[in-house]
Amino acid sequence: MSQAVRVITLTMDGREISARGDQTVLQVARENNMYIPTLCHLTGLARVGSCRLCLVEVKGINKLLPACVTRVEEGWEVSLNSERLSKYRKSILELLFSERNHVCAVCVSNGHCELQTLAQTLGMTHVHFAYRYPRLAVDGSHDRFVVDHNRCILCTRCVRVCDEIEGAHTWDLLGRGVNAQVITDLNQPWGESDTCTGCGKCINVCPTGALVEKGKSVREMTKQRQFLPYLTLMRERRW
Amino acid sequence: MSKARVATLWLDGCSGCHMSLLDMDERLLELAGKIEMVFSPLVDQKEFPENVDVALVEGAVSSDEDLEKILKVRARSKLLVSLGDCAVTANIPSMRNPFKVKDVLDRAYIENATLNPGAPVDAVPTLRPQARPIHEFVNVDVFVPGCPPSADTIYFVLAEILEGRVPDLGAKTRFGA
Repeated sequence: MSQAVRVITLTMDGREISARGDQTVLQVARENNMYIPTLCHLTGLARVGSCRLCLVEVKGINKLLPACVTRVEEGWEVSLNSERLSKYRKSILELLFSERNHVCAVCVSNGHCELQTLAQTLGMTHVHFAYRYPRLAVDGSHDRFVVDHNRCILCTRCVRVCDEIEGAHTWDLLGRGVNAQVITDLNQPWGESDTCTGCGKCINVCPTGALVEKGKSVREMTKQRQFLPYLTLMRERRW
Repeated sequence: MSKARVATLWLDGCSGCHMSLLDMDERLLELAGKIEMVFSPLVDQKEFPENVDVALVEGAVSSDEDLEKILKVRARSKLLVSLGDCAVTANIPSMRNPFKVKDVLDRAYIENATLNPGAPVDAVPTLRPQARPIHEFVNVDVFVPGCPPSADTIYFVLAEILEGRVPDLGAKTRFGA
Protein backbone atom coordinates (compact mmCIF):
# COMPACT_ATOMS: atom_id res chain seq x y z
CA MET A 1 0.00 0.00 0.00
CA SER A 2 1.46 3.30 -1.00
CA GLN A 3 1.63 6.09 1.55
CA ALA A 4 -0.48 8.36 -0.60
CA VAL A 5 -3.61 6.26 -0.07
CA ARG A 6 -6.17 8.16 1.96
CA VAL A 7 -8.71 6.82 4.37
CA ILE A 8 -12.16 7.87 3.28
CA THR A 9 -15.64 7.52 4.72
CA LEU A 10 -18.79 6.57 2.88
CA THR A 11 -22.12 4.86 3.55
CA MET A 12 -23.33 1.52 2.23
CA ASP A 13 -27.04 0.80 2.63
CA GLY A 14 -27.06 3.55 5.23
CA ARG A 15 -24.14 2.14 7.24
CA GLU A 16 -21.16 4.45 7.85
CA ILE A 17 -17.95 2.80 6.74
CA SER A 18 -14.26 3.72 6.59
CA ALA A 19 -12.20 2.43 3.70
CA ARG A 20 -8.94 2.94 1.92
CA GLY A 21 -9.19 5.13 -1.15
CA ASP A 22 -7.65 2.44 -3.36
CA GLN A 23 -10.29 -0.17 -2.56
CA THR A 24 -13.18 -1.16 -4.77
CA VAL A 25 -16.81 -0.99 -3.67
CA LEU A 26 -16.87 -4.80 -3.71
CA GLN A 27 -13.77 -5.13 -1.52
CA VAL A 28 -15.16 -2.68 1.02
CA ALA A 29 -18.56 -4.39 1.05
CA ARG A 30 -17.01 -7.83 1.60
CA GLU A 31 -14.70 -6.53 4.35
CA ASN A 32 -17.82 -5.32 6.12
CA ASN A 33 -19.79 -8.53 5.51
CA MET A 34 -22.22 -6.87 3.13
CA TYR A 35 -23.43 -8.96 0.20
CA ILE A 36 -23.04 -8.05 -3.46
CA PRO A 37 -23.64 -10.87 -5.96
CA THR A 38 -20.78 -11.57 -8.42
CA LEU A 39 -20.17 -14.07 -11.18
CA CYS A 40 -17.25 -13.08 -13.44
CA HIS A 41 -15.25 -11.77 -10.49
CA LEU A 42 -12.85 -14.11 -8.71
CA THR A 43 -10.31 -12.87 -6.19
CA GLY A 44 -6.85 -13.45 -7.63
CA LEU A 45 -7.81 -12.87 -11.26
CA ALA A 46 -7.93 -9.62 -13.25
CA ARG A 47 -11.21 -7.75 -12.84
CA VAL A 48 -13.23 -7.39 -16.02
CA GLY A 49 -16.63 -6.20 -14.77
CA SER A 50 -18.40 -8.07 -17.56
CA CYS A 51 -21.25 -9.96 -15.89
CA ARG A 52 -22.84 -6.79 -14.41
CA LEU A 53 -24.35 -8.67 -11.47
CA CYS A 54 -22.42 -6.47 -9.01
CA LEU A 55 -23.96 -3.22 -10.26
CA VAL A 56 -24.69 -0.80 -7.41
CA GLU A 57 -26.34 2.61 -7.10
CA VAL A 58 -24.48 5.71 -5.93
CA LYS A 59 -26.54 8.74 -4.94
CA GLY A 60 -26.06 11.60 -7.37
CA ILE A 61 -24.71 9.38 -10.17
CA ASN A 62 -27.27 8.43 -12.79
CA LYS A 63 -25.69 5.28 -14.15
CA LEU A 64 -25.23 2.07 -12.22
CA LEU A 65 -21.63 1.20 -11.35
CA PRO A 66 -20.03 -2.27 -11.30
CA ALA A 67 -18.78 -2.73 -7.72
CA CYS A 68 -15.85 -4.99 -8.68
CA VAL A 69 -14.08 -2.33 -10.79
CA THR A 70 -15.24 0.90 -9.11
CA ARG A 71 -13.04 2.62 -6.51
CA VAL A 72 -14.79 4.08 -3.49
CA GLU A 73 -14.85 7.86 -3.11
CA GLU A 74 -15.26 10.22 -0.19
CA GLY A 75 -18.82 10.81 0.91
CA TRP A 76 -20.46 8.30 -1.43
CA GLU A 77 -23.86 6.96 -0.48
CA VAL A 78 -24.00 3.48 -2.02
CA SER A 79 -27.05 1.21 -2.32
CA LEU A 80 -26.14 -2.45 -2.70
CA ASN A 81 -29.53 -4.12 -2.83
CA SER A 82 -32.32 -1.79 -3.95
CA GLU A 83 -35.46 -3.06 -5.66
CA ARG A 84 -34.21 -1.69 -8.97
CA LEU A 85 -30.89 -3.55 -8.62
CA SER A 86 -32.68 -6.73 -7.66
CA LYS A 87 -34.81 -6.48 -10.81
CA TYR A 88 -31.78 -5.93 -13.05
CA ARG A 89 -29.80 -8.74 -11.42
CA LYS A 90 -32.65 -11.19 -11.90
CA SER A 91 -32.94 -10.12 -15.54
CA ILE A 92 -29.22 -10.74 -16.06
CA LEU A 93 -29.57 -14.25 -14.62
CA GLU A 94 -32.63 -14.89 -16.77
CA LEU A 95 -30.70 -13.83 -19.87
CA LEU A 96 -27.86 -16.19 -18.92
CA PHE A 97 -30.27 -19.09 -18.41
CA SER A 98 -32.15 -18.43 -21.65
CA GLU A 99 -29.04 -17.98 -23.79
CA ARG A 100 -27.77 -21.57 -23.61
CA ASN A 101 -28.96 -24.98 -22.36
CA HIS A 102 -28.67 -25.06 -18.58
CA VAL A 103 -30.35 -28.26 -17.44
CA CYS A 104 -29.48 -28.30 -13.73
CA ALA A 105 -31.18 -31.65 -13.10
CA VAL A 106 -28.67 -33.61 -15.19
CA CYS A 107 -25.59 -31.40 -14.70
CA VAL A 108 -22.39 -32.67 -13.11
CA SER A 109 -22.19 -29.39 -11.17
CA ASN A 110 -25.75 -29.60 -9.80
CA GLY A 111 -25.56 -28.39 -6.19
CA HIS A 112 -22.10 -26.84 -6.69
CA CYS A 113 -22.88 -24.28 -9.38
CA GLU A 114 -22.58 -20.53 -8.89
CA LEU A 115 -25.23 -19.75 -11.51
CA GLN A 116 -27.72 -22.14 -9.92
CA THR A 117 -26.97 -20.80 -6.42
CA LEU A 118 -27.37 -17.20 -7.55
CA ALA A 119 -30.78 -17.95 -9.06
CA GLN A 120 -31.86 -19.29 -5.70
CA THR A 121 -30.22 -16.52 -3.65
CA LEU A 122 -31.65 -13.73 -5.77
CA GLY A 123 -35.10 -15.32 -5.98
CA MET A 124 -35.13 -15.94 -9.74
CA THR A 125 -37.85 -18.61 -10.01
CA HIS A 126 -38.41 -18.56 -13.76
CA VAL A 127 -37.23 -17.00 -17.00
CA HIS A 128 -39.41 -14.33 -18.64
CA PHE A 129 -37.44 -14.38 -21.88
CA ALA A 130 -37.89 -16.99 -24.60
CA TYR A 131 -35.30 -19.75 -24.23
CA ARG A 132 -33.04 -19.99 -27.28
CA TYR A 133 -32.14 -23.70 -27.01
CA PRO A 134 -29.09 -23.34 -29.31
CA ARG A 135 -27.26 -26.37 -30.66
CA LEU A 136 -23.79 -26.28 -29.11
CA ALA A 137 -20.80 -28.58 -29.07
CA VAL A 138 -19.28 -30.65 -26.29
CA ASP A 139 -15.51 -31.15 -26.71
CA GLY A 140 -14.30 -34.29 -24.95
CA SER A 141 -11.06 -34.62 -26.93
CA HIS A 142 -8.83 -33.91 -23.92
CA ASP A 143 -7.68 -36.93 -21.91
CA ARG A 144 -8.95 -35.67 -18.58
CA PHE A 145 -11.24 -32.67 -19.16
CA VAL A 146 -14.42 -31.73 -21.03
CA VAL A 147 -15.77 -28.38 -22.20
CA ASP A 148 -19.56 -28.25 -22.56
CA HIS A 149 -20.51 -25.02 -24.30
CA ASN A 150 -24.17 -25.57 -23.37
CA ARG A 151 -23.31 -24.55 -19.81
CA CYS A 152 -20.80 -21.75 -20.49
CA ILE A 153 -21.76 -18.22 -19.45
CA LEU A 154 -18.68 -16.53 -20.99
CA CYS A 155 -17.42 -15.17 -17.67
CA THR A 156 -13.83 -15.62 -19.03
CA ARG A 157 -12.45 -16.87 -15.72
CA CYS A 158 -10.81 -19.76 -17.63
CA VAL A 159 -9.23 -17.34 -20.09
CA ARG A 160 -7.85 -15.19 -17.27
CA VAL A 161 -6.56 -17.97 -15.02
CA CYS A 162 -4.84 -19.71 -17.94
CA ASP A 163 -3.18 -16.48 -19.08
CA GLU A 164 -2.46 -14.77 -15.76
CA ILE A 165 -1.69 -17.63 -13.39
CA GLU A 166 -0.68 -20.62 -15.50
CA GLY A 167 0.91 -18.44 -18.19
CA ALA A 168 -0.23 -20.71 -21.01
CA HIS A 169 -3.05 -18.68 -22.60
CA THR A 170 -4.66 -21.75 -24.09
CA TRP A 171 -8.15 -20.29 -23.68
CA ASP A 172 -9.54 -17.28 -25.49
CA LEU A 173 -12.80 -15.98 -26.92
CA LEU A 174 -14.00 -16.43 -30.50
CA GLY A 175 -16.81 -14.44 -32.11
CA ARG A 176 -19.01 -11.70 -30.75
CA GLY A 177 -22.33 -11.34 -28.96
CA VAL A 178 -24.54 -14.38 -28.95
CA ASN A 179 -22.05 -16.21 -31.19
CA ALA A 180 -19.13 -15.80 -28.80
CA GLN A 181 -17.57 -18.92 -27.33
CA VAL A 182 -14.44 -19.94 -25.48
CA ILE A 183 -11.86 -21.75 -27.61
CA THR A 184 -8.60 -23.61 -27.02
CA ASP A 185 -5.61 -22.43 -29.05
CA LEU A 186 -6.72 -21.42 -32.56
CA ASN A 187 -10.13 -23.07 -32.19
CA GLN A 188 -8.65 -26.55 -32.28
CA PRO A 189 -9.96 -29.52 -30.28
CA TRP A 190 -8.74 -29.23 -26.68
CA GLY A 191 -7.02 -32.61 -26.91
CA GLU A 192 -4.86 -31.33 -29.79
CA SER A 193 -3.80 -28.13 -28.02
CA ASP A 194 -0.05 -27.47 -28.08
CA THR A 195 -0.18 -24.97 -25.22
CA CYS A 196 -2.45 -26.67 -22.64
CA THR A 197 -0.38 -27.95 -19.74
CA GLY A 198 -3.26 -30.02 -18.33
CA CYS A 199 -3.01 -28.13 -15.01
CA GLY A 200 -6.78 -28.05 -14.47
CA LYS A 201 -6.95 -24.47 -13.17
CA CYS A 202 -9.64 -23.56 -15.71
CA ILE A 203 -11.77 -26.47 -14.48
CA ASN A 204 -11.61 -25.24 -10.91
CA VAL A 205 -12.36 -21.57 -11.53
CA CYS A 206 -15.29 -22.25 -13.89
CA PRO A 207 -18.47 -21.23 -12.01
CA THR A 208 -20.74 -23.73 -13.80
CA GLY A 209 -20.51 -27.20 -15.30
CA ALA A 210 -18.99 -25.89 -18.54
CA LEU A 211 -15.45 -27.00 -17.69
CA VAL A 212 -15.33 -30.29 -15.82
CA GLU A 213 -13.28 -33.39 -15.20
CA LYS A 214 -14.10 -36.43 -17.30
CA GLY A 215 -15.99 -39.30 -15.74
CA LYS A 216 -18.03 -37.26 -13.28
CA SER A 217 -21.74 -37.99 -13.00
CA VAL A 218 -24.64 -35.73 -11.96
CA ARG A 219 -23.80 -33.65 -8.85
CA GLU A 220 -20.28 -35.10 -8.59
CA MET A 221 -18.20 -32.18 -9.85
CA THR A 222 -16.95 -29.96 -7.03
CA LYS A 223 -14.46 -27.18 -7.73
CA GLN A 224 -11.35 -26.47 -5.64
CA ARG A 225 -10.43 -22.80 -5.40
CA GLN A 226 -7.95 -22.74 -2.47
CA PHE A 227 -4.94 -22.64 -4.75
CA LEU A 228 -5.75 -19.30 -6.33
CA PRO A 229 -4.84 -16.80 -3.55
CA TYR A 230 -1.55 -18.65 -2.85
CA LEU A 231 -0.53 -18.75 -6.49
CA THR A 232 -1.42 -15.09 -6.95
CA LEU A 233 0.69 -14.16 -3.93
CA MET A 234 3.65 -16.24 -5.11
CA ARG A 235 3.54 -14.69 -8.57
CA GLU A 236 3.55 -11.20 -7.04
CA ARG A 237 6.56 -11.99 -4.85
CA ARG A 238 8.53 -13.60 -7.60
CA TRP A 239 7.92 -10.95 -10.22
CA MET B 1 -65.43 -24.07 5.18
CA SER B 2 -65.85 -26.00 1.96
CA LYS B 3 -62.91 -27.99 0.70
CA ALA B 4 -60.59 -26.46 -1.90
CA ARG B 5 -60.92 -28.09 -5.31
CA VAL B 6 -57.40 -29.16 -6.26
CA ALA B 7 -56.27 -30.76 -9.52
CA THR B 8 -52.92 -32.03 -10.77
CA LEU B 9 -51.88 -32.38 -14.39
CA TRP B 10 -49.08 -34.44 -15.95
CA LEU B 11 -47.64 -33.09 -19.19
CA ASP B 12 -44.14 -33.87 -20.55
CA GLY B 13 -42.34 -34.92 -17.39
CA CYS B 14 -41.25 -38.13 -15.69
CA SER B 15 -44.03 -38.08 -13.03
CA GLY B 16 -41.32 -37.48 -10.43
CA CYS B 17 -43.20 -34.40 -9.21
CA HIS B 18 -46.28 -36.55 -8.64
CA MET B 19 -44.13 -39.11 -6.80
CA SER B 20 -42.83 -36.25 -4.67
CA LEU B 21 -46.43 -35.21 -4.00
CA LEU B 22 -47.18 -38.73 -2.73
CA ASP B 23 -44.01 -38.56 -0.63
CA MET B 24 -45.83 -36.18 1.71
CA ASP B 25 -46.85 -39.39 3.50
CA GLU B 26 -49.11 -38.83 6.52
CA ARG B 27 -49.49 -35.14 5.67
CA LEU B 28 -51.68 -36.33 2.80
CA LEU B 29 -54.26 -37.31 5.41
CA GLU B 30 -54.17 -33.83 6.87
CA LEU B 31 -54.55 -32.31 3.39
CA ALA B 32 -57.38 -34.73 2.59
CA GLY B 33 -59.43 -32.93 5.21
CA LYS B 34 -58.90 -29.60 3.45
CA ILE B 35 -58.90 -30.43 -0.25
CA GLU B 36 -60.90 -32.38 -2.74
CA MET B 37 -58.77 -33.92 -5.49
CA VAL B 38 -61.02 -33.34 -8.50
CA PHE B 39 -58.63 -34.30 -11.31
CA SER B 40 -55.25 -36.02 -11.38
CA PRO B 41 -53.36 -38.99 -12.84
CA LEU B 42 -53.86 -40.35 -9.32
CA VAL B 43 -57.68 -40.33 -9.43
CA ASP B 44 -60.17 -41.78 -11.89
CA GLN B 45 -61.58 -38.72 -13.58
CA LYS B 46 -61.47 -38.40 -17.36
CA GLU B 47 -62.52 -34.80 -18.01
CA PHE B 48 -60.91 -31.75 -16.38
CA PRO B 49 -63.76 -30.18 -14.34
CA GLU B 50 -64.88 -26.56 -14.10
CA ASN B 51 -64.21 -24.27 -11.11
CA VAL B 52 -60.93 -25.70 -9.92
CA ASP B 53 -59.28 -23.66 -7.15
CA VAL B 54 -55.69 -24.83 -7.51
CA ALA B 55 -54.10 -26.70 -10.41
CA LEU B 56 -50.59 -28.13 -9.97
CA VAL B 57 -49.01 -28.73 -13.36
CA GLU B 58 -46.02 -31.01 -13.89
CA GLY B 59 -44.14 -31.16 -17.19
CA ALA B 60 -43.36 -29.10 -20.26
CA VAL B 61 -45.63 -28.42 -23.21
CA SER B 62 -44.27 -30.82 -25.84
CA SER B 63 -47.23 -31.98 -27.92
CA ASP B 64 -50.40 -30.55 -29.38
CA GLU B 65 -52.31 -32.49 -26.74
CA ASP B 66 -50.24 -30.86 -23.96
CA LEU B 67 -51.13 -27.44 -25.34
CA GLU B 68 -54.87 -28.25 -25.51
CA LYS B 69 -54.74 -29.51 -21.93
CA ILE B 70 -52.89 -26.55 -20.46
CA LEU B 71 -55.22 -24.06 -22.16
CA LYS B 72 -58.24 -25.88 -20.76
CA VAL B 73 -56.71 -26.14 -17.30
CA ARG B 74 -55.88 -22.44 -17.26
CA ALA B 75 -59.39 -21.49 -18.32
CA ARG B 76 -60.95 -23.65 -15.60
CA SER B 77 -58.58 -22.96 -12.67
CA LYS B 78 -58.30 -19.96 -10.36
CA LEU B 79 -54.67 -20.58 -9.43
CA LEU B 80 -52.15 -22.33 -11.64
CA VAL B 81 -48.93 -23.66 -10.09
CA SER B 82 -46.00 -24.48 -12.38
CA LEU B 83 -44.65 -27.49 -10.49
CA GLY B 84 -41.07 -28.61 -11.08
CA ASP B 85 -38.30 -27.79 -13.52
CA CYS B 86 -40.00 -29.30 -16.60
CA ALA B 87 -43.00 -27.00 -16.17
CA VAL B 88 -40.83 -24.01 -15.23
CA THR B 89 -37.89 -24.37 -17.66
CA ALA B 90 -38.81 -27.33 -19.94
CA ASN B 91 -35.76 -29.00 -18.31
CA ILE B 92 -34.89 -32.46 -19.66
CA PRO B 93 -37.65 -32.56 -22.31
CA SER B 94 -36.04 -29.41 -23.76
CA MET B 95 -32.82 -31.28 -24.49
CA ARG B 96 -34.41 -32.36 -27.79
CA ASN B 97 -35.05 -28.75 -28.77
CA PRO B 98 -31.80 -28.07 -30.66
CA PHE B 99 -32.72 -30.97 -32.98
CA LYS B 100 -35.51 -31.51 -35.51
CA VAL B 101 -38.42 -33.65 -34.31
CA LYS B 102 -37.89 -36.10 -37.16
CA ASP B 103 -34.22 -36.56 -36.23
CA VAL B 104 -35.14 -37.18 -32.60
CA LEU B 105 -37.79 -39.76 -33.54
CA ASP B 106 -35.47 -41.46 -36.03
CA ARG B 107 -32.77 -41.67 -33.38
CA ALA B 108 -35.09 -43.24 -30.82
CA TYR B 109 -37.29 -45.48 -32.96
CA ILE B 110 -35.14 -46.39 -35.98
CA GLU B 111 -31.39 -45.99 -35.38
CA ASN B 112 -31.52 -47.52 -31.90
CA ALA B 113 -34.37 -49.97 -32.47
CA THR B 114 -33.68 -53.67 -32.69
CA LEU B 115 -37.32 -54.76 -33.09
CA ASN B 116 -39.98 -53.22 -35.33
CA PRO B 117 -38.15 -50.00 -36.23
CA GLY B 118 -40.41 -47.04 -37.04
CA ALA B 119 -41.80 -44.07 -35.12
CA PRO B 120 -45.35 -44.52 -33.77
CA VAL B 121 -47.89 -42.54 -35.77
CA ASP B 122 -51.31 -43.69 -34.52
CA ALA B 123 -52.91 -42.96 -31.15
CA VAL B 124 -50.07 -40.82 -29.82
CA PRO B 125 -50.10 -37.00 -29.76
CA THR B 126 -48.04 -35.17 -32.37
CA LEU B 127 -44.87 -33.63 -30.97
CA ARG B 128 -44.49 -29.89 -31.34
CA PRO B 129 -41.19 -28.58 -32.76
CA GLN B 130 -39.92 -27.87 -29.24
CA ALA B 131 -40.74 -28.61 -25.59
CA ARG B 132 -41.39 -25.25 -23.90
CA PRO B 133 -42.17 -24.07 -20.36
CA ILE B 134 -45.88 -23.67 -19.63
CA HIS B 135 -45.68 -19.95 -18.85
CA GLU B 136 -44.90 -19.33 -22.51
CA PHE B 137 -48.51 -20.38 -23.27
CA VAL B 138 -50.60 -19.42 -20.23
CA ASN B 139 -50.33 -17.17 -17.20
CA VAL B 140 -48.80 -18.92 -14.22
CA ASP B 141 -49.48 -17.77 -10.66
CA VAL B 142 -46.83 -19.66 -8.68
CA PHE B 143 -43.49 -21.07 -9.85
CA VAL B 144 -42.00 -24.00 -7.96
CA PRO B 145 -38.56 -25.01 -9.34
CA GLY B 146 -37.00 -28.34 -8.41
CA CYS B 147 -36.36 -31.71 -10.03
CA PRO B 148 -38.47 -32.75 -8.35
CA PRO B 149 -39.47 -30.21 -5.71
CA SER B 150 -39.26 -32.04 -2.39
CA ALA B 151 -42.35 -33.29 -0.57
CA ASP B 152 -41.69 -30.60 2.05
CA THR B 153 -41.67 -27.93 -0.65
CA ILE B 154 -44.92 -29.14 -2.22
CA TYR B 155 -46.59 -29.38 1.18
CA PHE B 156 -45.43 -25.85 2.02
CA VAL B 157 -46.79 -24.54 -1.30
CA LEU B 158 -50.19 -26.21 -0.83
CA ALA B 159 -50.44 -25.21 2.84
CA GLU B 160 -49.64 -21.57 2.08
CA ILE B 161 -52.11 -21.43 -0.80
CA LEU B 162 -54.84 -22.99 1.34
CA GLU B 163 -54.16 -20.29 3.94
CA GLY B 164 -54.64 -17.67 1.25
CA ARG B 165 -50.95 -16.70 1.05
CA VAL B 166 -48.57 -16.62 -1.91
CA PRO B 167 -45.80 -19.09 -1.03
CA ASP B 168 -42.37 -17.48 -0.69
CA LEU B 169 -40.06 -20.35 -1.56
CA GLY B 170 -36.73 -18.68 -0.80
CA ALA B 171 -34.19 -21.31 0.22
CA LYS B 172 -36.67 -24.22 0.08
CA THR B 173 -36.03 -25.23 -3.51
CA ARG B 174 -33.97 -24.43 -6.59
CA PHE B 175 -33.47 -25.50 -10.20
CA GLY B 176 -32.28 -29.11 -10.20
CA ALA B 177 -32.97 -29.56 -6.47
